[in-house]
Amino acid sequence: MIRKTVFAGVALAVSMVQAQTPHPFDPIAEVLQHPRCLNCHTLTEYPTQSRKIVDPVSGAVSYERFRHAQRVIRGEDGFGAPTLKCGACHQDTNVADGKMPGAPHWHLAPLSMGWEGLNRRDLCLTLKDTSKNGGKSLEDLVTHVEKDALVLWGWEPGGDRDTPSPSHDSFMVDFIAWADAGGPCPEN
Amino acid sequence: MTKETVVFTVNDRVEQTVVSPEKPLLWVLRDELDLTGSKYGCGRALCGACTVHVDGQPTRACVTPVKAVEGKRVTTIEALSETELGARVQRAWKSLNVPQCGYCQSGQIMAVVALLRAIPKPTDQNIDEALSGNICRCGMYPRIRKAVHELAAGGFA
Repeated sequence: MIRKTVFAGVALAVSMVQAQTPHPFDPIAEVLQHPRCLNCHTLTEYPTQSRKIVDPVSGAVSYERFRHAQRVIRGEDGFGAPTLKCGACHQDTNVADGKMPGAPHWHLAPLSMGWEGLNRRDLCLTLKDTSKNGGKSLEDLVTHVEKDALVLWGWEPGGDRDTPSPSHDSFMVDFIAWADAGGPCPEN
Repeated sequence: MTKETVVFTVNDRVEQTVVSPEKPLLWVLRDELDLTGSKYGCGRALCGACTVHVDGQPTRACVTPVKAVEGKRVTTIEALSETELGARVQRAWKSLNVPQCGYCQSGQIMAVVALLRAIPKPTDQNIDEALSGNICRCGMYPRIRKAVHELAAGGFA
């Protein structure tokens, strides 16, 4: 009985340590699950927009995401309907005093890279899955998040849009560390 | 901001204008080139009243920096009647009394011409997808849809 209690206690302690130790993917997931990413990494036939909500009592921040105002669609290639491309409005830079967001090759991520509703583990597995991510190795992913214009836009979104909490530099440090570790995925 | 020379084609005519490269195309068209058919609605690409074609694609001129059309072909509502399809669309609009106040209609017509070029016989869904970004405060959407279907059926030739 004593031995069982000891084992149970050790198991609980290990479990608590595991629960309290950040997984290398955690800071990455925090960024990828931000609306700046999710609004175009949708599982729907359209992009979304979002509204930041700050709880007046607790100060907690949440986001309400909703269908893109002009009811635009994904289209076959993610660049919109053939008769109404994303580029009809979204320019290579933010314009109209930042109210109109823009970056080069503005488009939706493919459906295979839709991240809505994924837990951290599934998000991690999806990100690494070369059958879903356009054949990108971990090294390719590092390059992508380091240099892709749409990724970088997430930290310079213009207007009153907020950005993921970690800076892009901090994100890159975490991302490279995760990739160097072989891209481990959390259990849940 | 420093002005630059920007060269682009408007309605088959080469234009060379010295402007701030960030100036929205809409204001170059309206103020510099006196092409006032494209309307200012929201200034944020939300309403579609300013729609022109850039290399054949509907584009919101109010948020397009003029430098973005350097070397490209811009078509505005003023030149639309010079094409067979454009003239047919304009006849349809007149015949079916599509406009009410009319303010959004140059943008609507530009979007419809692009739609019919890309999809000659569009479904209601195709129409919605092409025109969802063109807002009509008078609510003339049923008339627009009817006109598009009649045009697709060969009407107003």
